[in-house]
Amino acid sequence: MKRRDPLFWGGVVFLVFLVLFAIFGPNLRHNPITPVGTNFLPPSSQYWLGTDELGRDIFARLAEGARISLFVGFAVQAIALTVGIIVGLTGVYGPRWLAGPIMRLTDAMFAFPDILLAILIIGVWGLGITPVIVALSITAWPGVARLVKTQAAAMNEREFVVASRALGAGTLWTVTRHVLPHLAPLLTAVAMVEVAGTILGESALSFLGIGVQPPNPSWGSMINSARSEMNSHPTLLLWPCLLLSLTVFALNFVGDGMRRRLDPRASQQ
Amino acid sequence: MLKVIDAVVEFAGGTRALDGVSMEVEPGETVAVVGESGSGKTTLARAILGLQPLKSGQVEFHGEVQTGVRARLAERVGMVWQDPYASIDPRWRVERIVREPADLMGKTLDVPALLTSVGLEPAFATRYPHEMSGGQRQRVAIARALALRPPLVICDEPTAALDLSVQAQILNLLQDIRAELGSAFLYISHDLGTVRYLADRVIVMQNGKIVEQGPSESLFENPQQPYTQALIAAQPRIEQLGVIPG
Repeated sequence: MKRRDPLFWGGVVFLVFLVLFAIFGPNLRHNPITPVGTNFLPPSSQYWLGTDELGRDIFARLAEGARISLFVGFAVQAIALTVGIIVGLTGVYGPRWLAGPIMRLTDAMFAFPDILLAILIIGVWGLGITPVIVALSITAWPGVARLVKTQAAAMNEREFVVASRALGAGTLWTVTRHVLPHLAPLLTAVAMVEVAGTILGESALSFLGIGVQPPNPSWGSMINSARSEMNSHPTLLLWPCLLLSLTVFALNFVGDGMRRRLDPRASQQ
Repeated sequence: MLKVIDAVVEFAGGTRALDGVSMEVEPGETVAVVGESGSGKTTLARAILGLQPLKSGQVEFHGEVQTGVRARLAERVGMVWQDPYASIDPRWRVERIVREPADLMGKTLDVPALLTSVGLEPAFATRYPHEMSGGQRQRVAIARALALRPPLVICDEPTAALDLSVQAQILNLLQDIRAELGSAFLYISHDLGTVRYLADRVIVMQNGKIVEQGPSESLFENPQQPYTQALIAAQPRIEQLGVIPG
């Protein structure tokens, strides 16, 4: 029997709509980049959420921002998971001369503050979406690596993994068939929550003006430019803030729900 | 067939879990290893399986020294672990669990026949471990150990985690399998009652050393070493329990 889990399902529904919004929203009615009308128009049948300070359609810009946020979030986590799993497994199964140093390097990475390191990398590399993804990936993988390392090391001592080795199984066999499948629910759940963190990070960089570059919209840069009009046109600030918050909540709820669901023991109850 | 020669296992800190153990198992023979917790019984099994590196000494199988290469291990030794809740992957279905040794060797396996041979309905193949009782899980673990019909089966306290009534069923199953398969059994236990029921020969271990060994009957009837005598005397008997007032 499925248990009632309104937060999980609420999160799923929201994310499905967000993805549809990101795919179809940007050019549904108006171009998100160029001015399409007078500035500060109120919501109407023509401009569903009105226009911003340069007369651009807010609905289209929010959708384009969603597309960029989701792309950056999932791209960064895909890179972080790949690097983190490889590094973490090397820390457990790798030769001693490599396992120790690679985990020390991972620990050292924690010492760097995320946003500051991202600012440094973007400062050296230059502006653009690729530097943002690389910068956020560099601070995202150590967490995955450490999680994989501790979890895999613990799994390695579990009796069914020892039993598999006692059947003659090698490291590759036990890792791919026993260890990683067991870590998958946890890693998926953690990755979902981390996507939320990455989206916040991208918004922060865009808010600071070193993320997504104008005229391309991002929730962060929309929040930044709406700040100056906060008193006269508060809805300009409201929409990107609301979407950002709801997205972060939804990813957290879905991440937690997924972990509960992917565990076959829990799903049977 | 199996020969352990002067095996020494030392844990970090210098504790000797095995301290010069030599023993043999002949084809088709059932040998029990008894001793209290920490006497080195399980370490001996792990050393035979190559899971525990030896500080000195060696393990021979059909006169062949066992080295780090264990690729075809499942064809030689089947292992039944103590705790059927821990020794099978909770995310795998029964079919995949019992197939693992065959998959490792790239062999095919008649799963329904194998499950039937351990007293499980073939329909159990699609179940997950959490959908089964402890006794059923241990039958699955036994099926996995026997899948490739290895000449040696090691059982490490296979009934310790089970209810009393289920223990008897599992012991009967092991007896039947031994008769049918003709494999040698190395049976590790601290339960002297079951040892007497199953074993041809008994090895008594204490502090990583073998203190006494001999044919089952003579060892139980006439134990030579004080430790063996104490072990046998420490067995609970119905008469000793007395009457519970009330």
